[in-house]
Amino acid sequence: MIPCIRRAAAFCLLLLVALLVNAARVQLFEADELDDNPANRRATLARYEQPRGNILVGDEPVTGSEDTGEQLAYERTYPHGPLYAPVTGYASQTYGTTLIENAEDDILSGTDPLLAPLPLWNEFTRGRQPGGDVVTTVKDSAQRAAYDGLGGRRGAVAAVEPSTGRILALVSSPSYDPGRLSGTGSAVTDAWAGLTTSKSQPMLNRAIRQTYPPGSTFKIVTAAAALDSGVVSDPDEPTDTPSPYVLPGTSTVLPNEASGCGRASLAEAIRVSCNTVMAHLGVEVGLDGMVEAAGRFGFNDSGLKIPSGVAKSNFDTEMSDDQLAQSSIGQFDTTATPLQMAMVASAVANGGDLRYPHLVDRTTTHDGDPVQRQGSRSYRQAMNPATALRLQRMMVDVVENGTGSNAAIEGVTVGGKTGTAQHGIDNSGTPYAWFISWAQERNSGRPAVAVAVVVEDATANRADISGGGSAAPIARAVMRAALDG
Amino acid sequence: MTATRVDAPPPELRLPKRRGVELCLLIGAVLIPVCGYAAVGLARNGAVPPDVAGYGGGLGLLALLAHLAVRFRAPYADPLLLPIAVLLNGVGLVLIYRLDLETPEDQAAPTQLVWSTLGVALFIAFVIALRDHRVLQRYAYLSVATALVLMTVPIFFPAVNGARIWIRVGGFSFQPGEFAKILLAVFFAAYLAANHNALAYTGRTLWKLQLPTGRVLGPIVAIWLLSVGVLVLERDLGTSLLFFGLFVIMLYVATGRTGWIAVGMVLAAVGAFVVGSFEPHVHSRVEDWLDPFASIDAGQGPSQLAQSLFAFAAGGMLGTGLGLGHSVLIGFAAKSDFILATAGEELGLAGLTAVFLLYALLVARGYRAGLALRDPFGRLLSIGLASILALQVFVIAGGVMGLIPLTGMAMPFLAQGGSSVVTNWIIVALLIRVSDVARTPHPDPTGAVAPVMEDES
Repeated sequence: MIPCIRRAAAFCLLLLVALLVNAARVQLFEADELDDNPANRRATLARYEQPRGNILVGDEPVTGSEDTGEQLAYERTYPHGPLYAPVTGYASQTYGTTLIENAEDDILSGTDPLLAPLPLWNEFTRGRQPGGDVVTTVKDSAQRAAYDGLGGRRGAVAAVEPSTGRILALVSSPSYDPGRLSGTGSAVTDAWAGLTTSKSQPMLNRAIRQTYPPGSTFKIVTAAAALDSGVVSDPDEPTDTPSPYVLPGTSTVLPNEASGCGRASLAEAIRVSCNTVMAHLGVEVGLDGMVEAAGRFGFNDSGLKIPSGVAKSNFDTEMSDDQLAQSSIGQFDTTATPLQMAMVASAVANGGDLRYPHLVDRTTTHDGDPVQRQGSRSYRQAMNPATALRLQRMMVDVVENGTGSNAAIEGVTVGGKTGTAQHGIDNSGTPYAWFISWAQERNSGRPAVAVAVVVEDATANRADISGGGSAAPIARAVMRAALDG
Repeated sequence: MTATRVDAPPPELRLPKRRGVELCLLIGAVLIPVCGYAAVGLARNGAVPPDVAGYGGGLGLLALLAHLAVRFRAPYADPLLLPIAVLLNGVGLVLIYRLDLETPEDQAAPTQLVWSTLGVALFIAFVIALRDHRVLQRYAYLSVATALVLMTVPIFFPAVNGARIWIRVGGFSFQPGEFAKILLAVFFAAYLAANHNALAYTGRTLWKLQLPTGRVLGPIVAIWLLSVGVLVLERDLGTSLLFFGLFVIMLYVATGRTGWIAVGMVLAAVGAFVVGSFEPHVHSRVEDWLDPFASIDAGQGPSQLAQSLFAFAAGGMLGTGLGLGHSVLIGFAAKSDFILATAGEELGLAGLTAVFLLYALLVARGYRAGLALRDPFGRLLSIGLASILALQVFVIAGGVMGLIPLTGMAMPFLAQGGSSVVTNWIIVALLIRVSDVARTPHPDPTGAVAPVMEDES
C-alpha cells in the first residue's frame, strides 16, 4: 500500500507543479498580452480612478476633475468653458485627448516615471502617482482680451513674448466647451457629432492648426530678405520698381491698393503697404533667397511643436518669377498660421533673434515640486540685428503714420503691419483681415509682446474688412493686457 | 505484496506532541489575515478598519478554542493542519470582505463569517466527540445511502446558473454535494479496506495490463455511472470529476493495480468526451476553455474566463495589493468560483504560490498521516480526504486559470459558500483525528491496531 500512496502523492505533486507552471504562464509570460487585450478594462479604469492633474494659467487651474461615482470615476471639467479650449484641448473618456491634454498626458495622468520619488522602486511596486500639474505660459488677461476681442467672430489670435518665446495667448474663435466631451454616453457622442459637423468648425484650433494666406503682413519677411541680402541698402532710398508693375513673364498688371507707390522706398512701401514694390523686391532677392529668409522665420517647418504640433506654414520652394512676385506679398501659395505670423513680429521685435515658441512653462508633481522646466531657447536668427532695427522703425511708422493707427497705445512703442488677404477662386472669398504687431515699454530694453490677429469675418461688409479696421483693435487690447503687470 | 516489512511503523518511536508549535503557528495564521484586513482598509479608505481588533479577536478566539480542543482531545495531532486551515479561512474572509466593498448591495463576508464559526464549532465537536476514526467504518453503508440522497435531492430543485447542485429554502442556500464528498470518502475507505484483497485479484491480461475480473468490476462501473449521472442530471462537471478521481485514487492505493487506473482513465475519458460533446452546458465550457477570447472576437465582450485571466495577468509577480485590483470585473461568482482570481490579481504570483503551497502542505500532511497509520481504513480515509482537497484545488484553480475546462467548484476555505467551508472544517477535523491516532505512541504495537495484521499477507 505504501508505494501506492507514494505514487498517489507524486501524482498530487504533479498537479501542484502543473498549477504553478500554469500560474507563471498566465501571470508572467502571457501577462503583457493579456494586459493589452482591448477587452481588458483595467488600463482605462486605472486612468480614471484618480483625479487628473491640472493645467494652470498663472497660479490658477483652468481644468478640474470631478468624481462622478461611475465605474470610470473621474471626469475632466473646464471651469472656463471655451476660453481655454485652444490651449488645453480636451480629455475625453470617449474620444481621447488633444493639445496639452494629449502632449502632457503622462504627467497629467500620473504615469510619467519622473513623477515618482523613487522611479525604479516605483516600477517595482507599480504604485501610481497622483497626476502632476502642467503650468502654461499663457497670461489670463491677454487670453481674455483676445477672446473678447474676437467676440465670437471667426478668427484667431496668437501672442508671444519675443524675448523668451513664451506664448501669452492662444485663441481660436468660435470655440467650444471641452467639458461636453469629458465623459461617456449619448450626451457626449451627441456633442461630438454636433461639434465635428458644425460649419463653423469650433474644434479647429485656428491659431496653430489653420493656415491662411498672410497677405501684406508677409511683406515684413520680404523686407527682411531684401535688407539682409543687400538688395536694399537704404530703406529710405527710392526703389527701381517699374510702374505699372507687370508680373514677370506675364502681361498681368499687379494693382496697388495704396496710392503713391510708383518708385516708393522700402520704408514707404511698408508704411502704406505697396504691393508692387514688395513683389519687385521679392523677385530681386530671388527664389532661393526668399525661401531661405522665410525658412529662418519658421516657414516650411513641419516639425514645430509647442508641444502640440503646429501646422506647416508654406512658402513654395519651386516657382516661376511671377509666382514668386505674388508669393512675396503673401499671396499665391504662401500660407501661414497665426502663430507663425506672431513669430515674424516677435523676431523683428527681439532684434532678429527668434525664440522657440512654447506653451508649457513647467510641469510639477501633485505637490508642486518641479518635474521639468521649459527654458527659453533660440529658434533661429531670423535676420541681422541691424535689419531688425530698421524693420522696427518701419513697423512703428506703420502704427504712427500708416495703416495700423488703430493699434497705437499711449506711451508705448508699438510696431505693426496690416494685411488683407484675398482667397478663394478668383479671390471671390471674403478676405481675411490680418494684423501683426509688437509692443515695448519706452523705458524697457525688451519688447513685451508680439501678436498676430486674423479675422475671417464672413458676416461683415466686405469693404470694412481690413487689417487696420478689424484686427488692429484686437491686437491693441491683447498688447495692452500683456503690458500690464 | 512484499510491503509488510515496510508498512509496519517503528514501534518504539516517541513522537513529541508539538502543541506549542501549533499554537505559535496559529498566532501567525491569525495575524496574517488581520494584517490583510487592515491592508484592505488602508488601501480603500486610507485608514485601518475600526473593527480590526474585534475581527482579529474573534478569529483568534475561534483558533484558540480549536487549539484547546486539539490539545486536550488529540494531543498528538499534526501541528500544521489547524494553522493552515485557520490561515486559509482567514485569507478567504479578507478576500470576500474586499470584494464586498465593490458590491455594496451584496454583502457576503458576514454570512461567511457565521459559516466559518459554525465550521470551527463542528471541527471542535468532531475532535471532541470522535475519539477514534475507526468508528466511522461501521457506518459505511449508511454513509453511502445518505450521500446518494444528498446528491439526488438538488435534482428536484431549480437549476442555478446552469447547475442543479443547490437546495434553496427561503434565502438560505445549501449545497448538499459538499457533504456527500466526506460521506463517499468514508464509504470508499470502508468498502476498499474490507474488499481490497478481492479487488486485487486479476482477471485477464491484456497487453501488459492486468484487467480486473468481471465480478469485481461492478463497483467501479457503479461509481462511474454515478459520476456520469451527476454530470448529466446536475450538470456539474466538477463534482463528477472529483468523485471519480477520488474513487480511482483510493482504488489504486487499496489494490495497487495499475489496471484500475487504466480502466478508470478510459471510462473517464469516454464519459467526459461524450458529455462534453453533447451536453450543451458542459460543451460551452469546453469551447470557452479552448478559446477564452472567442467572445471578444465575436464582439460580445470578454467571457468570465477571459476576465479571470485578465485578473491573473494584472497581478503579475507581486500583485496590485489587497483592495487595489479589479477582479470584480469578473462579475457573477467573483466571490465563489473565481475567488482565486482576486488572490492572483492582488497578491500576485508570489501570493498565489504561497496559497498553493499551503494547500499542498495540507494535502501532504494528510498523506503523511496515511503513511503513518496502520489500519487500512484510516489509511484510505486520510488519503481520500487529502485527495479530495488536492483534486478540488486542482479542478477549480486549473479551471479559472485556463488549464482545464472550467467547472463550478469552491476553492477550499477561500471561496464564499457555507456548505463548502463547513465541509472543509470537518475534513480537517477528521485529518486531525487520524493524524493523532497515527502519531500517538503505542506501548504495545500489536494491541490497538491488531486488525492491521491481516492487511498484507
